[in-house]
Amino acid sequence: MEPVVHLRSAVALLGRFPALAGVDLDVQVGEIVLLQGPNGAGKSTLLRVCAGLVTVTDGEAVVLGIDLRRDRRAVRRHVGLLGHANGLYDDLTVAENVRFWAKSARASDAEIDGAMTSLGLDGRLAALSVSRLSAGQRRRTALAALVARRPRLWLLDEPHAGLDAAGRDLIDDLLRRAVGQGATVVLASHELDRAHGLADRVVTITGGRAIEQPLPTTSPPC
Amino acid sequence: MSTSTPSASTPSTSTPSATTGTRATRVLGLVTLTLFVALVIIGFVIARPDVNQYDAARLLFVHVPAAEMAYVAYITTAVCSAFYLWPRTRSATWDRVAGASAEIGSVLIGLTLLTGMLWGKITWGTYWVWDARLTSTALLFVMFLGYLAVRQLDAAPGVRRKRAAVLALVAAADVPIVHFSVQWWRTQHQAASLTAKGALEGTYRFAHFLGFVAFLLAYIWLMMHRNRVAMLQEHLDERGLDAAIAERWREGASAAEAIPS
Amino acid sequence: MLRTARAVAAKDLRIERRSKVALTQVLPFALVVVVLFAFALDPSTSLRAATPGLFWVAVLLVLLLAVQRSFAVEVTDGAFDAVRLAELDPAGVFLGKAGALAVQLLGVEAAMAVAVLVFYDPTARAADVTPFHVSVGAIMLFVAAAVAATTGLVATGTLYGALAAGSRVRDTLLPLLVFPVVAPVLIGATRATEATLGIGKTTLSDGWPAVGLLAVFAAVAVATGVLAFGPLLEEA
Repeated sequence: MEPVVHLRSAVALLGRFPALAGVDLDVQVGEIVLLQGPNGAGKSTLLRVCAGLVTVTDGEAVVLGIDLRRDRRAVRRHVGLLGHANGLYDDLTVAENVRFWAKSARASDAEIDGAMTSLGLDGRLAALSVSRLSAGQRRRTALAALVARRPRLWLLDEPHAGLDAAGRDLIDDLLRRAVGQGATVVLASHELDRAHGLADRVVTITGGRAIEQPLPTTSPPC
Repeated sequence: MSTSTPSASTPSTSTPSATTGTRATRVLGLVTLTLFVALVIIGFVIARPDVNQYDAARLLFVHVPAAEMAYVAYITTAVCSAFYLWPRTRSATWDRVAGASAEIGSVLIGLTLLTGMLWGKITWGTYWVWDARLTSTALLFVMFLGYLAVRQLDAAPGVRRKRAAVLALVAAADVPIVHFSVQWWRTQHQAASLTAKGALEGTYRFAHFLGFVAFLLAYIWLMMHRNRVAMLQEHLDERGLDAAIAERWREGASAAEAIPS
Repeated sequence: MLRTARAVAAKDLRIERRSKVALTQVLPFALVVVVLFAFALDPSTSLRAATPGLFWVAVLLVLLLAVQRSFAVEVTDGAFDAVRLAELDPAGVFLGKAGALAVQLLGVEAAMAVAVLVFYDPTARAADVTPFHVSVGAIMLFVAAAVAATTGLVATGTLYGALAAGSRVRDTLLPLLVFPVVAPVLIGATRATEATLGIGKTTLSDGWPAVGLLAVFAAVAVATGVLAFGPLLEEA
């Protein structure tokens, strides 16, 4: 079975700096993979590479069967990336933001409404201007835009950040359901406890490289 | 285990030489130098002062070839930028040549403007007039500077190159428009007299031809050296990259030891 | 492509409607510049003759502000990334942003034109000075010139705005890039405006060739933008 993500000795540069210095990673369909590691290790860059936003200058990089070194743009319509920033327009409302981003991916109105509901963004909240939202609510808005596009590969950078416990449960359910419908998830998170409950596998990223780690069978020390 | 990153621009020799001179450039340099000496001799000694322009005409020995080469340089930059942007022929070499040509072109245009201003002061009585040729040359100069500024942008190499290339092409498309628009508005430059140069006496004509060849060879000589310097710079960057990768691994290894497994 | 353009333009204009930056900051800036020129120049002589040129220089300054704002909106929350991820047609994005800019700039120009007529027109008491000559034909000429000039300006501005967006030196880089390139617009627009106002013994028929020049520039600028925006947007 062809892996959804296949990286071998992948090198990616940010300016002159080798953010990824030779990453090996394989992700199979339906997996939820957690990326952990210290700040600056390259987790965000790895996600962006998989989204086709960053050039891979050396090594192999194949996502969803598309060779990123030859044509990284083609992969974008199949992935959804939730980056550090939310990519929202402050002066527009929640509904307008989600609609703008989802429409460009040709999502139907029903899908958009469904996405917003599944993230608790309906009703009064939908008409609020983004600038009036809390950080957690903004995160959920960005996520709704992603959900509406129904990507095959979900790339999430700190999805739980800024959310309260209910919000985090919401996301976890969302991810499990997405995987149930055939999607694959790669997320970077510092929320190790929660993510361990969610993820099938843990990969440590450090110094621009990846080190596989077995999932602890007992709960990790707090 | 080190990652080797052969880029399209790396020359086949693995160890670059200490200088950018080779036999070819030395021969070329000598020829160019000889031509310039000849040009100076003709310009100062042999040619007679022009009736209308007096000794200022001697400035034209530098001004005209410099202007011509400046335009050659600018067209080279534009063409190389086009090749760089075209996906089929994309290669860092085009970008390097375009950049080198732009740098030399900027110097040439500066020289052109300077000698032109001095010439104008003597013959017209003023340093500057806002006519088609001068204005578009001045704007071309500024656009070149903008291009060089974009080449220094703090961004990934690929980003920088693409943006600079787009800029070069837009400038190339714009300069004719600027020229025609100013020309449509005013004309005072002795456009006629420059072609009439050919009608002037034989010494001037020969000197003009000599000057053009001398400047052309000088341009090529400078391009070769500048190009090689750029290649050496890229070598350096690659070595730096390997070092940076190794450094990253070291920092990663020490951090990995700190993670509880 | 057109669908994307409409969506992007609508989005930009809606943002403007909510935040009212053009209304509360750019427009006052434009009016202040118009008034400042009046302080610097002698009203009955040099100001009159220089009015067309000053007007369009002021428009250039306003263009800079508007372009910076247009791209600042995208860069602040990483929307630029999202634009690439969403695979929006780059040509459509270009046309949309340029279109929104054009609408805003034309509005500011209209206000400035009124201000110029009010502040710069010498009173009828000065016997040796002929007032500005404004007729229907003149207004048509001015509108045509303004539309053509504005199109060329926003197209160039949007293209270079994307080029400079996100870089640390963008505020100083943008003028350096834009101003040399739009010199023909300045020439043509000033000439056309001179003809509109009857300055320097020009007649209305002198102005239309200028409009032709502006139209050519606008066409080239838009075509260039549509073609070149893709590679620019690609890497940020």
